[in-house]
Amino acid sequence: MIKYVSEFRNVQAVHKILKDLHGITKHSWSIMEICGGQTHALLRYGIDELLPKKITLLHGPGCPVCVTPLEKIDKAIYIARQSDVIFCSFGDMLRVPGSHLDLLSAKAEGADVRIVYSPMDALKIAGENPHRRVVFFAVGFETTVPAIAMTVHRAATLKMKNFYLLVSHVLVPPAIRALLAAPDNRVQGFLAAGHVCTVMGYEEYIAISKEFKIPIVVTGFEPYDLAMGIFMCVRQLENGTFKTENEYTRAVARQGNVLAQDLMHRVFKVVDRKWRGIGVIPQSGLDLNEHYAEFDAETAFNVHLEVQEPEECISGLVLQGVKKPFECSEFAKRCTPDHPLGATMVSTEGACAAYYRYKMIDGDKK
Amino acid sequence: MCLAIPGKIIQITQQEKDNRLGKVNFAGVVKVVNLTYVPQADVGDYVTVHVGFALNVMDQHDAELVISHLNSVSEQNEAKLDKVRQRIQKRSGRS
Repeated sequence: MIKYVSEFRNVQAVHKILKDLHGITKHSWSIMEICGGQTHALLRYGIDELLPKKITLLHGPGCPVCVTPLEKIDKAIYIARQSDVIFCSFGDMLRVPGSHLDLLSAKAEGADVRIVYSPMDALKIAGENPHRRVVFFAVGFETTVPAIAMTVHRAATLKMKNFYLLVSHVLVPPAIRALLAAPDNRVQGFLAAGHVCTVMGYEEYIAISKEFKIPIVVTGFEPYDLAMGIFMCVRQLENGTFKTENEYTRAVARQGNVLAQDLMHRVFKVVDRKWRGIGVIPQSGLDLNEHYAEFDAETAFNVHLEVQEPEECISGLVLQGVKKPFECSEFAKRCTPDHPLGATMVSTEGACAAYYRYKMIDGDKK
Repeated sequence: MCLAIPGKIIQITQQEKDNRLGKVNFAGVVKVVNLTYVPQADVGDYVTVHVGFALNVMDQHDAELVISHLNSVSEQNEAKLDKVRQRIQKRSGRS
């Protein structure tokens, strides 16, 4: 039992909130949870099935494993195959299919690919292996960026010459703006990702609420948080208000973690970023800035690729909330967690993998 | 990937300004965590940890208020929970 986790799984309290939600829901609403971790939790705890029929949950693009573009995976594999390289990554990136294979297959073929818990572990490996080049696959949203920023800052302080980052960081607010500006947008309210806001605060979301007249609720990850976040969002929708509210007050302050933001801004610059299945979203990614350019793996390894994505996977539409996983003709047929065609089936936080795991009984849809 | 887990600081092991470290207990599992982004955090505080870094000091007073309410929720209604939330938000200056 982890303190400040298990208490927020109180079944009675969640049922009470959901009962109240049924009481206030008069109209049909579509709400998107941005974060893949929240998608997973909503399905794992069955909260999606306890909602009023008039509430539709759309599953957003907040899964960094899912949106890392195909060419970054191909670049990772190219770099990992160099004989002097130790390639370090978070574990869930290893099975993401590239154009021809994944990092796990490259490892099976002899590449030195290592799973690490923290980017600092990769820096330690670099210190212990001065004659090898150590590359860390820097993926993740704003939650993960402070750890990477501190690691590369530390590498600079220690004057490391054999440590590099393959950077594919993405930012949430530009993705929300892109979703809302799309002509086929169906999202009427957002649950904002709690831990992204732990770092960044939520002032940027207040501006989005005003600009697009849309309610946003900063929401945590436990059943109580998710039920309460949905309740607060629906209450706004029914009342015709469009504010940014904070459900996750125990972990999120309006201004976020200013120290973390400062170092992020010192190490990274905002750039246009391609999202797998979606395309380029302007100003939606981070790359190392000129002060830390020597740590950029793409420059150091002179690897530049442009790759066309296969058309059969509809993960881009799933990530934008336009289609549900069940609407894909290959779902649970040719595309399964063991043999994924696209990234949303690979990551445990991907919507397709969550549907496969929690909504399939004896091979049928629940 | 953005999951972060709360744990209790049991020891500050290094106080360098740019590399503050401490031992954090996650329900019995103790790990060394980088505390540089939470210079105010001390032994006994709960921090939210992601990939080895503490991202904030948990507002325990806030958490306890919500928990105490959750534990007695069967006798209460949503309006009361809202009042609790409003009180918390006023007190902490968070909206």
